[in-house]
Amino acid sequence: MSDVAISGRTAPQPPDLRASYLRDLQRRRLYSGLLLALFALLFVSGFMLADDRNAGGFWDGLPKVFDFPSELVAEAVEKAANLPGHFVRYFPSLLETINIAAASTLVGAILASVISMLATRGLARWPALIPLFRRIMDIMRAVPEVVIALVLIFVLGGGPVAAMIAIAFHTTGALGKLFSEVNENADLRPVEGLASVGSTWTQRMWFAVLPQVAPNYLSYGLMRFEINIRASAILGFVGSGGIGYDLRNAMSWGKGRYDEVAAIFILLLTTIVIVDQISSHYRNRLVRGV
Amino acid sequence: MALSATGLDLRSEASTLFRRKRLISIGLPALVLAYFVYIFFSFDIAGIAERARPDNARILLSDTYSFKTHVTRNNRSGDFTVAIEGETKGTYAPGVAPDWVSLNGEDADVRLDAGSVVRFRGDMVIVDLPDFGTIELISAGGDIEMKLPTDEVPEWISASATRVSLTLPAGRVQVTRSKSEVFRYEGGWELFFFTLDSPFHGRSFGELASLAVSPEEIVPGKPNAVAMVEGFWTNTMWRHGDVFWALCETVLMAFLGTFGAGMIALPIAFLAASNFTPARPLRFAMRRIFDFLRGVDGLIWTIILSRAFGPGPMTGALAILLTDTGSFGKLFSEALENVDDKQIEGVRSTGANALQRHRFGVMPQIVPVLISQLLYYFESNTRSATVIGAIVGGGIGLLLTQAISTQKDWEEVTYYIVLIVLMVMAMDTLSGWLRRALIKGGQ
Repeated sequence: MSDVAISGRTAPQPPDLRASYLRDLQRRRLYSGLLLALFALLFVSGFMLADDRNAGGFWDGLPKVFDFPSELVAEAVEKAANLPGHFVRYFPSLLETINIAAASTLVGAILASVISMLATRGLARWPALIPLFRRIMDIMRAVPEVVIALVLIFVLGGGPVAAMIAIAFHTTGALGKLFSEVNENADLRPVEGLASVGSTWTQRMWFAVLPQVAPNYLSYGLMRFEINIRASAILGFVGSGGIGYDLRNAMSWGKGRYDEVAAIFILLLTTIVIVDQISSHYRNRLVRGV
Repeated sequence: MALSATGLDLRSEASTLFRRKRLISIGLPALVLAYFVYIFFSFDIAGIAERARPDNARILLSDTYSFKTHVTRNNRSGDFTVAIEGETKGTYAPGVAPDWVSLNGEDADVRLDAGSVVRFRGDMVIVDLPDFGTIELISAGGDIEMKLPTDEVPEWISASATRVSLTLPAGRVQVTRSKSEVFRYEGGWELFFFTLDSPFHGRSFGELASLAVSPEEIVPGKPNAVAMVEGFWTNTMWRHGDVFWALCETVLMAFLGTFGAGMIALPIAFLAASNFTPARPLRFAMRRIFDFLRGVDGLIWTIILSRAFGPGPMTGALAILLTDTGSFGKLFSEALENVDDKQIEGVRSTGANALQRHRFGVMPQIVPVLISQLLYYFESNTRSATVIGAIVGGGIGLLLTQAISTQKDWEEVTYYIVLIVLMVMAMDTLSGWLRRALIKGGQ
């Protein structure tokens, strides 16, 4: 790792090349060694601190890691006959989780494409406001979904809308950054061509920029959809509808009812795998243009 | 698309293409619109209007930038208490009050804003409003008696036999059988720097600055600057010290999870890369393990792990570690498959053994990818650690959910949100800076 970790400058035409090279190498090794030692120190002390603040210790918990999964599997096998029924029962909430992810990805992508165009040099409607829109995207990206979701639940009173707005907010910031990188590579000649015939800003973006960037937008949007499905399940667990909420309820029934938990795990896992597969298939096609 | 030889074919092909594009440019937006219509009904967005609680939104908003001070008269004992937000931590010492309250034994005067005054006279509360008149509220034992200057009861007064409440621009007056209370709203975050019991409370910034450098000790045995920092750090209302440690705990979760995953994933990634592991079944097995770790979502890992390790930051770190081992394994093995063989050949030609070939032929090629991915994940995991912290009960995520569940400490929620955003942005800057320093320097 030493070769890359720390910069080494080569002296201009040294009298003794070998000695200066060795000196350089030694210094580089020293720096990388120090960096690695610092990292190791941070990691070990961090581990001990986290272990200390945890309710159960790491070494005590390690042998118990498989207790819960094996209990879960045992119960699921024992009550395998119940599973299809559970699948049917929890399918609507699974659909809600997927809908939250899809709607928030769509809303986020639409907002992100507008705000990213406003924040790209050469495309911006108001070039003076580019730094402002960039800051807005940074802040939107930095807010974790759970923060907005919990505050909105208080105001809107539960339901999928709070989760949808929360995820869409974060998605706008995250996609906005990626989209504006795509925008920077867009060819400006079509934009100028349209501008010369007196088109409005919206027309220029819609007809000159969007066709160029659409494949990349779609590809990033699909990737975000994968992430948002997971986010929407987690938000449900913290308290806002969908399959996550059912999962928390099923967990609270405790021992003897773990077949429901197993059914939800299977549903969630299958959905994530299927969406990942479909999305990576289409992303490959979009990016490679096959 | 292959070009056809004849012009006629070209023409029909072009018009097919145009037709397809036209269909897409109209059909796609229509499809999106249709989906939104479906969402509108499926999420019952129309019903939100009735389910939404605008009064909650008002409480939330006003609480984020203002606070209220309660002046309470216990109608049984006749004692007065003055407390910020009605909390024990913010209660003024007996007989002490802010300058807009004057206490004299059984009586008290509370100035709300220019002109409106609330006077406590024994069991009677007199509210003087300049543009309305004088309201008298008497709570002697039985029902509450109200005397108004007009015959009609205005809509900002809600009155029943047991409880009368006046909502005024600068505050609220509420009289029940057991107590008479005045709430006065003020802008700002109350007691943000020092609590009432601190000797530094109520001093201006200029005063504090000059105190900090003056040799005269307000807290005996401590220089003023140290005492101030201590007073701020241990502020019982805002708990700045605890909040700081919670932020550290969140970063710690992300740090342990990300870099632990990197350390585990790197050796295994060699087993999943086709140019390093010729055995197909082994490669296949490794890749499926990565897919499994990634596919079983962080949420499921968190639940399974908190059963074994109990709540706390270690559980959160391990959940991040497991998910990211899958992601890193995939990324690293892809990076390894793209390694240039020429460099390895070159190292081999000098007679290097397998270990040296990996060290000098392979590592220099993949370390930049590795570091940049690790740092990118570190930054994004700081955000995930906030959410996971809310589930496993560690870090700032725990404080945030606690503050939200009380449904009244919105100024604290705002404070935490601001800190979280700053933390994530700081991590973003730090990871960008490290990435540039570590990768650019090496090339």
